[in-house]
Amino acid sequence: MKKHWYDYLWIFSLTYLILGFFNILFAWLGLLCFFIPLIISVSSGTKGYCNRYCGRGQLFSLLGGRFGLSRRKDIPRWMKSKAFRYGFLLFFLVMFFQMLWNTYLVFAGARDLRQVVTLLWTLKLPWHWAYHGTLFHPGTAQFAFGFYSVMLTSTVLGLITMALFKPRSWCVYCPMGTMTQLICRAKNREGDIVTDQR
Amino acid sequence: METKTRSKRRAYVGTDSCVACGCCVKVCPLNAISVFRGIAAKVNPERCVGCGKCARECPASVIEIREVRP
Repeated sequence: MKKHWYDYLWIFSLTYLILGFFNILFAWLGLLCFFIPLIISVSSGTKGYCNRYCGRGQLFSLLGGRFGLSRRKDIPRWMKSKAFRYGFLLFFLVMFFQMLWNTYLVFAGARDLRQVVTLLWTLKLPWHWAYHGTLFHPGTAQFAFGFYSVMLTSTVLGLITMALFKPRSWCVYCPMGTMTQLICRAKNREGDIVTDQR
Repeated sequence: METKTRSKRRAYVGTDSCVACGCCVKVCPLNAISVFRGIAAKVNPERCVGCGKCARECPASVIEIREVRP
């Protein structure tokens, strides 16, 4: 099958994770993975980002597929249920807003910058080597630490489910995927009836 | 002489659980499956030969290969 330029975006995802190890401020680039899918779904009513441009999905596909790091088993039924997918999206958003709140506290001067990356919302990993000061307010660095935590956590979860189930199992419960699908559903309400094949 | 004809097969998408990720689209050798309006994957029955590549790839395992009744 013909390869397109966007089939290599996994390199971008991998580079992102590596750069964040050396300089945390690169974490800001991750906002692209948040805004582009939303812009595509809102403007065109499709999941074009998931379908074509998601570098993270491609990375899992590569590691689980070509590198054979996946058991290729079916994902448990509860993990693909709407309750879990929407519940995970909600949990993810709550954690995201908590991260924004922590950033705000640093901006407001109510708290000092914490040079840690929080893995799986609980494990605090020292990450001070990746901070070399900033030209801006320390709050910008706090956001970078928080955002990198979100990206690293989702990558780790994705890698675990990749190994246990199918390579792109993360796509089943990816909060961005769930959110863009909800936007598409809202934009194309009549589509529900047309696609029903059962 | 008796001739055995293989019954036709094609892919069916469990639309309700489909996450519209598009993994199936990437592996279909006949471009017979597409993601419809970001909601769910949709099979083109004219093109699908039921090879099962999409079903194997689907991370949510919502694609089934079924025999087509004449």
